[in-house]
Amino acid sequence: MSLDTEAVQQQPATAAQPEGAPQEWEPRIVGFACNWCTYAGADLAGLSRLQYPPSIRLIRVPCSGRVNPQFVIRAFQRGADGVLVAGCHPGDCHYSTGNYFTRRRFLLMQNMLQYMGMDPRRFQARWISGSEGPKFQQVITQMTEDIKALGPNRKMRDVE
Amino acid sequence: MRKVGVFVCHCGSNIAGTVDVEKVAQEAAKFPNVVFATDYKYMCSEPGQQVIKDAIKEHNLDRVVVASCSPRMHEPTFRRCIQTGGLNPYLLEMANIREHCSWVHPDKAKGTVKAIDLVRKAAAKVVKNEPLQKSSINITKRALVIGGGIAGIQVALDIADAGFPVTIVEKEPTIGGRMAQIDKTFPTLDCSACILTPKMVDAAQHPNIEIISYAEVDKVEGYVGNFDITIRKKARSVDMNKCTGCGTCWEKCPTKVDSEFDMQLGKRKAIYTPFPQAVPNKPVIDREHCLKFKTGKCGICEKVCPTGAVDFTMEDELITQQYGAIVVATGFDQFDHSVYGEYGYGKYPDVITGLHFERLVNASGPTMGKIKRPSDHKVPETVVFIKCVGSRDEAKGKTYCSRTCCMYTAKHATLMAEKVKGSKSYIFYMDVRTPGKGYEEFYKRTQGEYGAQYIRGRVSKVYPKGDKLVVRGEDSLLGRPVEIEADMVVLASAMVARSDAGDLARTLGISYDKDNFFTEAHPKLRPVETHTAGVFLAGACQGPKDIPDSVAQAGAAAAKAIGLLAKSQMETEATVSQVDESRCSGCLLCKSICPYKAIDVKIIAERVGGKTVERQVASVNKSLCQGCGACTVACRAGSLNLLGFTNEQILAEVEAVCL
Repeated sequence: MSLDTEAVQQQPATAAQPEGAPQEWEPRIVGFACNWCTYAGADLAGLSRLQYPPSIRLIRVPCSGRVNPQFVIRAFQRGADGVLVAGCHPGDCHYSTGNYFTRRRFLLMQNMLQYMGMDPRRFQARWISGSEGPKFQQVITQMTEDIKALGPNRKMRDVE
Repeated sequence: MRKVGVFVCHCGSNIAGTVDVEKVAQEAAKFPNVVFATDYKYMCSEPGQQVIKDAIKEHNLDRVVVASCSPRMHEPTFRRCIQTGGLNPYLLEMANIREHCSWVHPDKAKGTVKAIDLVRKAAAKVVKNEPLQKSSINITKRALVIGGGIAGIQVALDIADAGFPVTIVEKEPTIGGRMAQIDKTFPTLDCSACILTPKMVDAAQHPNIEIISYAEVDKVEGYVGNFDITIRKKARSVDMNKCTGCGTCWEKCPTKVDSEFDMQLGKRKAIYTPFPQAVPNKPVIDREHCLKFKTGKCGICEKVCPTGAVDFTMEDELITQQYGAIVVATGFDQFDHSVYGEYGYGKYPDVITGLHFERLVNASGPTMGKIKRPSDHKVPETVVFIKCVGSRDEAKGKTYCSRTCCMYTAKHATLMAEKVKGSKSYIFYMDVRTPGKGYEEFYKRTQGEYGAQYIRGRVSKVYPKGDKLVVRGEDSLLGRPVEIEADMVVLASAMVARSDAGDLARTLGISYDKDNFFTEAHPKLRPVETHTAGVFLAGACQGPKDIPDSVAQAGAAAAKAIGLLAKSQMETEATVSQVDESRCSGCLLCKSICPYKAIDVKIIAERVGGKTVERQVASVNKSLCQGCGACTVACRAGSLNLLGFTNEQILAEVEAVCL
């Protein structure tokens, strides 16, 4: 996989802040959500108008098994304060076995990140089904609180 | 340089109420490659779609971002829209600023920041989108039905009536399955054989149906529309073409064996048909018991056969045929109730199961329809029925309800009352469950008109006393112990998956649950499909079911199979894995990880140092690939990529949201 930074260099340096936005620090969490369960669960949270902190940015992938550990590392390198990988419950994978691979990869990744000095609360994996809107709300709320307590990720940022 | 257009939807006030949509469009216009950005009240409406199509033309757009609701909602709509606007439908990305933003973040300032991020993410990805094409595959217009019970027969008849050739593969020497063993059917009490055997004959005589009995599916290769299936015809030792089914052979055969069809209560010969109305009505030789095979002597059947059909040298035969669709209808087994030592099954001959009772009460059964208990052939006066033997028992049995036992036990009690005047039936139950048309009424009649006594509680012990069996249990409604002296005890054993269900599931590549029942693609919305395209389910192999439900499900499975076979070509997913052969090292880790067997080896020839050398690489079958992307992560060389969700696209998204 080539490191393609062209898109980043072309972006403006900071995100636009509308006038009057409160300056309280909001963590930036990158979430990888499988299309069939967690993305649908997040949609259900929306349909049910369940509020949660605006910290999460969901990236849709067909299966949590599609999430390459390199995506996670890149997110931390670019300054994400937390990364969430979320998919169907074990046994319910739309593709039969994808989330079993996710589970194994996650444990390995978790180990490696801890070895590098990263707090494990910054990298989480959760099983959230398409009917678990409230669980999605609760996971995002909890993770945001965890990371607020930890403060910004300075461990792996490569842009400082 | 791409030319991206961004279209921000208000969704009335659904989005515009909590997100500053004009601001989102203004910011989007500043993103790299974005040449046009606008907002509109309802993007999915006819005029909204026209805004997109006009902009594609006017600004010469080659990529489109729509910021609106979830792509799970309107991605197909906007793909069609840009397609009619002249772009490949896969050059679209959606930013979900409704479900994931405006509806969950009431703070307009923060919501707007997030919406801008989500649009930036989509714009960063869409730049890397490439036009994709769906491919199509041919469909073989022939169906395979595995299992020739009532479900399999019904599926075969329905598909055959629609004009497609069907093969039924049946493990036993005859079709008919469990229903053939049953005497009467609830709640109408019509004779099971009277409604089943005409269907068996219909299947045998249907010009579109081929029945291969005494056979099993050996190997399944290929994929939806093009399954290559190897069927093992077990050595029957009787030439089907020569045999007329006259029956001289089994009349003369000297070896008597316990009949499986009669649940070991009666006898059959070593050359036999399981029951008189068998289809095909031609015998097989049971080589395990046949004297000719055991000792080399005998051979009477060969001598008496008028057509010379008996062939002791016959071997298993493998036949390979291509099929477009497979319907699995392999039915169920009975729970192994020997774990309930307290009920004494196997120890006391007069403790039997419901299926034994069916044979005892059946007019063509071992007792010619007279209910006689197995030990001394006395007519039982008092019978105790124990329900939920193995069902709803987390400790020793299965957690699920077998669904049929309440009704067949009520039926048995009714038959007892009808056949043995003055007899008394006691039924130990946990709950009485009668969800079906006319079922509750039947149960009420059993209790009222036929005088069956229902006792709510479990049985703790069955033990002999003289020629009687004492059933000791608890009446939990009265809160006191009860003891009944019975002549016979009937256990309502749970329905369980076939013992070889797991093997068949692995052969077919379908999934099965903790109890080995095959898993449907969706418990509510896709009840007869499996996750493997082209493989459908009917009957009790998917979960405990009675006859009406099995037949209904068979019709549904047939409709699904017919829907597939009616097409001559089928479109396949465009977002599939792709191999970069120049980078592939041929390690084939991906092959073992793929749940759809979509990856295979391919040999390619390359010029290296002026010489042509051959090496192996992975090759993705586009028809089989479902686009999960598991292989892309396993690939050490990074040569596999998932179209529509490439590494480059996802990394672009990561970078765009981390700014």
